[in-house]
Amino acid sequence: MVDIVISGKDIKKSYGSGEGRFDALKGVSVEIVRGETVAIVGKSGSGKSTLMHLLALLDEPDAGVISVLDNDAKKLKSNVLNKLRNETFGFVFQQFFLTPNATVLDNVILPLKIAGVSASERKRKGLDALRQLEMEDKADKKASTLSGGQKQRAVIARALVNSPTIIFADEPTGNLDTNTGTIVENILFDLNKEKGITLILVTHDEELAARCDRQIRVRDGLIIETTGSSS
Amino acid sequence: MKFLDVTKDAVKNTARNKVRTSLTVVAIFIGAFTLTLTNSIGAGVSGYINDQIGSIGSPTIMTVSNPAEVVETEDEGPEVYEPDVETVPSNGFGLDVDVITEQDITAIEKIDNVEYVERTFTPRPTYIQADGSEKYVPSVNIASSVMIPDLTAGEPFTAESDEYEVIIPSTYVKALGFSTDAEAVGQTVTFGVTDYTFTDQTVEGKIVGVQNKSLFGDSVSLNNALSEELVSVQEQGQPVVPDDEKTYWTLIVHFSDTLSTDGQSQIKTDLENLGFEGSTVADQLGTINSVINGIIGVLNAFAVIALIAAGFGIVNTLLMSVQERTREIGLMKAMGMSGKKIYLLFSLEAVFIGFLGSALGAGAAIGLGTIISNVLSDTLLADLPGLTITLFTVPSVAGVIALVMFIAFLAGTIPAQRAAKQNPIDALRYE
Repeated sequence: MVDIVISGKDIKKSYGSGEGRFDALKGVSVEIVRGETVAIVGKSGSGKSTLMHLLALLDEPDAGVISVLDNDAKKLKSNVLNKLRNETFGFVFQQFFLTPNATVLDNVILPLKIAGVSASERKRKGLDALRQLEMEDKADKKASTLSGGQKQRAVIARALVNSPTIIFADEPTGNLDTNTGTIVENILFDLNKEKGITLILVTHDEELAARCDRQIRVRDGLIIETTGSSS
Repeated sequence: MKFLDVTKDAVKNTARNKVRTSLTVVAIFIGAFTLTLTNSIGAGVSGYINDQIGSIGSPTIMTVSNPAEVVETEDEGPEVYEPDVETVPSNGFGLDVDVITEQDITAIEKIDNVEYVERTFTPRPTYIQADGSEKYVPSVNIASSVMIPDLTAGEPFTAESDEYEVIIPSTYVKALGFSTDAEAVGQTVTFGVTDYTFTDQTVEGKIVGVQNKSLFGDSVSLNNALSEELVSVQEQGQPVVPDDEKTYWTLIVHFSDTLSTDGQSQIKTDLENLGFEGSTVADQLGTINSVINGIIGVLNAFAVIALIAAGFGIVNTLLMSVQERTREIGLMKAMGMSGKKIYLLFSLEAVFIGFLGSALGAGAAIGLGTIISNVLSDTLLADLPGLTITLFTVPSVAGVIALVMFIAFLAGTIPAQRAAKQNPIDALRYE
């Protein structure tokens, strides 16, 4: 039996109203299986980012049902939702979203701090995560002093630090040069292989998409094709 | 997120934009500084006035007299005694008084809430004289048995002492030929008394203390033993008067310490209907106190206005912070931080800014206030010994800081709410 971690049924989402109304998603259904790597592929404006945000419970759909680990997202109480976001998901963003004046370690341990983990435990886990990404020596540096590749590795360390079930990556290599991009890609796929973390990527990069188990192609708010298999 | 972590982050966040935070802190500083200072002046002055109340009587008595004209008293020291001029010595309140009869007392005793009526035998010494000094006309404090004196030297009266003891006001010290207040203590003074047959006699008393110049003129206080002796000398040669025909200058009416001000006013009205005037210590201080309270109130109002203005500064500062940190807030929410904690984070930041400004303001006010107070008490206010113009107490300073922190908290609610309500994805998309 396949273990579905996230499912979306007939999801619709639009922005604005009246003539300026824009239908980002016009009824999309997806299922994500535990341990697989999925690429959501499409051009900008196709609705791929919106789909990821909805699956990651960062936003609410106008219609349709999203369940995460068999919980109907709509029916979740806010404290349960927050716990789910904190413990189940890890995020990697194209724009990094690091706090520039804080140290790398402080940036990495943010999810643990939010979870209420003790200071000593935070430090231990934070350094652990940085070590996995060979960033241990940068722990006390300010985030603003890092190079692009180092920043993205710090972001991955942050996504990893709370041992999530699923990592969402929005154009993880978008701001990086080819070499650094490849290194970051390798790190993400290794995490999937070694720890069984489900990886959901949003990209317009076909090469990156091809490395994933499955590719969900989105155009004009609809899924036009799903290729590959999750086995 | 743990409360301690939220607090630490809130404090850290205030240091992110140091210029902006400092300017807001300065605005709060000004308000808190003014409020602390005006409060301390209020406390200092009313503390002084309360000392003065203590020196003229307890709060559960009312002196009763026949209304009479006020006799002018000299500002500095006692008048020189001139044997040929017939004077009625004034009592401690500068009043020239008529007699009250036993029939009057029976009527006064029937007034509601009057616990008992104390008959006072007023000693009327014609002069006071120290060894080798001139003779002076003393004014005598009739309520001295119940007073709590504000002394510059010596000790208050010992209860039930058989010795003849005197407390003189500090303005008498020089006139009586003593160089310092302390030197006067232990010295003997002589009182002149005229008895019923117009024979001059003298009674000696020992100075046990010197009293600060008070707001209510200067008067000599006598202990019970000395008062009784003076009265008995006054009455020498007097034909025997039956008890029910004796007359009194003043009476002291005692009432319960739980009696309300309304009840006290009722006693006064009843006394007026009988043709007498009753006044409590509070009456004598009422006007002064209300004027001072009025001034302090106005100053405090200005300080609070300054604080409210500073509150808008906090609103502005934090709104800008929320704007700048939109993406950070979105990230924290995406990572599962609750709206409540975000709210708390920004509220605490506001409270901390309030604390910084008020603690610094209160500190500066204490420093400057103490210096001003010391300078003034040596110069402008040297005539009012015992007056500390600024009095800083822990509860009042803590109260000011708490008030400012509360205002800061209120100011922080608008930005904090705005931060807490943000949708994570909208916040992350914000450029």
